[in-house]
Amino acid sequence: MSESTESSSDEGDSQRVLYKNRPEWQDITPLKQDDGDYPVVAIDYTLEFQDCFDYFRAIVHKKEYSERALELTQTAASYNAANFTVWQYRREILKALDKDLHEELKYIEKVILKQTKNYQVWHHRKVLVEWLKDPSKEKYFTEKALSKDAKNYHAWQHRQWVIKTFDLFDGELDYVEQLLKDDVKNNSAWNQRYFVVNNTTGFTEDVLSREIQFTLEKILELQDNESAWNYLRGLLLHDKTGLSRNKTVTEFCESLYKDGSRSPFLLALIVDMCSERAAEDGAGDGNNLYTVARAMELCNSLATNYDTIRAKYWEYTAETIEKQSKGEVVDEASSSTN
Amino acid sequence: METLLKLRPIQEIRKNLTPSDGTLTTEEQIRVERSILKKFEDIQAIVANKPDLPELQKEQHKQYLMDSLVYLSSRFECLDASRAWLCYWILHPLSLMGVRLENTYKSQIAQFLAKCQSPEGGFGGGPGQYPHLASTYAAVNALMILGTDEAFKIIDRRKLYEFFMTLKQPNGSFAMQVGGEIDIRGAYCALAVASLTNIMTNELVRNTAEWIISCQTYEGGFAGCPGMEAHGGYAFCGLAALVILNKGHLCDNKALLRWLTQKQMKLEGGFQGRTNKLVDSCYSFWQGGAFPLLYSLLANDGLKPQGHLFDERALQEYILICCQNPHGGLIDKPGKPSDTYHSCYAISGLSVAQHVLNQKRVLGTYRNELASTHPLYNIRPDMVRKALLYFHSNSVKSM
Ligand SMILES: [Zn+2]
Repeated sequence: MSESTESSSDEGDSQRVLYKNRPEWQDITPLKQDDGDYPVVAIDYTLEFQDCFDYFRAIVHKKEYSERALELTQTAASYNAANFTVWQYRREILKALDKDLHEELKYIEKVILKQTKNYQVWHHRKVLVEWLKDPSKEKYFTEKALSKDAKNYHAWQHRQWVIKTFDLFDGELDYVEQLLKDDVKNNSAWNQRYFVVNNTTGFTEDVLSREIQFTLEKILELQDNESAWNYLRGLLLHDKTGLSRNKTVTEFCESLYKDGSRSPFLLALIVDMCSERAAEDGAGDGNNLYTVARAMELCNSLATNYDTIRAKYWEYTAETIEKQSKGEVVDEASSSTN
Repeated sequence: METLLKLRPIQEIRKNLTPSDGTLTTEEQIRVERSILKKFEDIQAIVANKPDLPELQKEQHKQYLMDSLVYLSSRFECLDASRAWLCYWILHPLSLMGVRLENTYKSQIAQFLAKCQSPEGGFGGGPGQYPHLASTYAAVNALMILGTDEAFKIIDRRKLYEFFMTLKQPNGSFAMQVGGEIDIRGAYCALAVASLTNIMTNELVRNTAEWIISCQTYEGGFAGCPGMEAHGGYAFCGLAALVILNKGHLCDNKALLRWLTQKQMKLEGGFQGRTNKLVDSCYSFWQGGAFPLLYSLLANDGLKPQGHLFDERALQEYILICCQNPHGGLIDKPGKPSDTYHSCYAISGLSVAQHVLNQKRVLGTYRNELASTHPLYNIRPDMVRKALLYFHSNSVKSM
């Protein structure tokens, strides 16, 4: 949730003639903004901005759908692309005039690439694609946006919508792998991986072991990567035996631990494995690695040494596990993720 | 119970520097960590002689916000569709700092917001603009902060309800405006306003809890819509909306708690919005503010915490030491300019960090203390009570 900060207006406003000085607009009486008697948060608009929006209000008021009105909305959007009224009205005009939407697609592409973090412009593009029922340019277009910022939320949301709506999953895992090669900490790419698997093959046994293998390799490459560890947990949500009984994963974790790794992500996962067992069979059966005692010890070393910023969370987790092992609380252990 | 907190030892903070690993993510992270470590070192050097530090510069922030309430330069044209938001972003931090507005001024602000109300119901970003759920939420919250009968009476609740129903989707979600985008903000904005103004109906909220829960991701946080990445702003919206609906039990609390605590940055002390992204002061509220809501859900499971489950001292350090512009206003992170949005949410997050379960935990002196904020609506609890009282004794007939 970030506020769009100052946007630079479009090219060419130095040559822009004020609407009030244009002969083709002489029939329109500009409509001033009605701020009431006591305007607050009053913006000191430039002459050009005020002129444009005075005419925009007049046009909206009389519900004029025309070529000149379409041009006016483009100017208005160049001054403030976050004005949702402008975009909504522009769509009304596009419909009424039955405009060539491919042209519009080209126009909005330029606008988006200039301000990639604006809700309205991405939504405008989405509506155009819906109207056209033509998603052919969208994957390439979002890749262009993501090449500037590989974590752009709007670009990913648009891409997911296109892929899901028009069944364009082919090649998506390759794209994700490329992005992870560029930056293995790109959490949006990991999330996209989950999205693709979840909506195509699903997490069948084969897919699960393939994905686990993939993730463990990435963790070996760089252990200090929360994204990969979170993805691993996401995968284990689909392991019917739970968090702590997948041999590939437990052996991997134990070998990292034995080799001296004290990555907080590793320790945190082992704690949750212990917690799962504690909830299942109380204090633990004594033969397994995942005992309450081990959880207590790990929580303590996380709190005091390896993850001190989360000390309170680790103390609380230790208390919770202890309560669970004594049967004082029922752990719902519900995984509501899909 | 009241406790004054002291700064984290600088050598402890230094231990948390991220080592380089060649990824772009880490390069950017290291750059931010360096600028923040510098801020922490600078204050350590002078705190011995000035034990009152760090100080919340209330006077400067008040001045900055009061000035913005009156006049904004043409640089703010990009916020011309966010003027209802500007009112809320300004009034809320002022109220947390205990600033009282004169009644004539309150009346003027209320009259301006009335101009933003649409004849179709709901509020636009400014006078004459189409109504939108986000600006409706902002305008209604601002009116609640004003808290006068004049302000309450402005809201046309029958029309407001009709507006909400035009945005409601069969799957339970809400569009932000007619023909607009659909995401989890819509559910929160609609439900927050509907519950405050007493226009909730079964029809309005049918399937909404189920839709919201489909946005909880494998990481534990919530996304803007199903399939997307867990994100701080959306996580707050999802959790708060579920709590308003009294459907908190649908949420995977344990996963959400793990994700939320992981979003606190070990060196910076502030929160990031998503995994492997940078710290930003606005998430002090979006992430920090989700904790009190989660505590109430944990209490239902018999696991009520004794205090904050994040490091409230480190969060206060980040906000007070790294995010105050000496000329007034608060910022996203060092190097950025002040803006009202970050002023609002950094101050809100600071308030959350200071107050937990009837305890006060304040960094600096008690002069830094803020009023507490309501975890669902992010306005002061006394203002929520007054509004609820008003709207529950004046219900809308035949709805
Ligand atoms: Zn921010």
